[in-house]
Amino acid sequence: MSLIKKISFILLLIIVSGIIAVLGRSLFLDPNRLPSTLIGKSTPALELPSLFYPDKITSNKDFLGHITLLNVWASWCRACAEEHAFLMELGRYEYLTIYGLNYKDEKDNAKKYLKDHGNPYKWVAVDPKGQAAIDWGVYGSPETFLIDKKGVVRYRQVGALTPKVWEESIRPIIDAIRNDQ
Amino acid sequence: MINKLKGLFILICLFTSPAWCAQDTYHWRSTDESTRFKILTSELRCLVCQNQTIAESNAPLANDLREQVFKKIQQGESNKQIIDYLVVRYGDYILYRPPFRSSTLLLWFGPFLLLGFGLFFLIYLVSKNKRD
Repeated sequence: MSLIKKISFILLLIIVSGIIAVLGRSLFLDPNRLPSTLIGKSTPALELPSLFYPDKITSNKDFLGHITLLNVWASWCRACAEEHAFLMELGRYEYLTIYGLNYKDEKDNAKKYLKDHGNPYKWVAVDPKGQAAIDWGVYGSPETFLIDKKGVVRYRQVGALTPKVWEESIRPIIDAIRNDQ
Repeated sequence: MINKLKGLFILICLFTSPAWCAQDTYHWRSTDESTRFKILTSELRCLVCQNQTIAESNAPLANDLREQVFKKIQQGESNKQIIDYLVVRYGDYILYRPPFRSSTLLLWFGPFLLLGFGLFFLIYLVSKNKRD
């Protein structure tokens, strides 16, 4: 084999395997899990009436000073019911404060849901038309945002927050925040 | 009997007219605005059913985003302002036409690159054959 032939053969092999690697990788990516544009940015405003105290207005400033989970949920949402027991469990951690964003729900249904299944939230912001959710880039429920003590979004979970997601994706970030801030 | 069946048939045809599928009606002040709405919503991707545009999709989120686009056109915002508003919240993914930037260079030029390689290979083979 001539040198040119050898070189062009190797070059071809590299290009083809590169294409296979790039395309093959996308087979294992979940196109429904889109990255949030908020990661590393301060939280958008969240000024909405509170579910249990309609005179009170919630605020994203309430997140400052502690590690926060903001959970987008609705009483009609099935995957929310799946994660609810685990959220109740997480509510026991002192270093973590959980807030709720009630998404396109009926107030009475939402209240009844929390009465029946327990309330892990410090407050619940009511967003009946999903307007505030658009500012947060929410495209369905459930979604959960992890926010650090400075009010910066560090992670977003699309879909149910399972113990596996917690261990693999969220706890490591929380540990880092607790060491840092 | 036949006449009744004919009547029923006509009735069914009436109820399947496309007008019954119309999703939501917006009231426009000008045809210019409604054209802008049509163009904008057909360039934005629905994030729930990702192979549909916001104009086509029946997903609740698509409905909300159509509503946002409508409101913003009414408020006099430009196409660029509306698209920027959505990209800030949902990322480039909401655009059917990917933007031109360093991270998407391969996406835009990849096909031409491959074509170049192919041409190069073809010329190489042909010239080699000639020599032989």
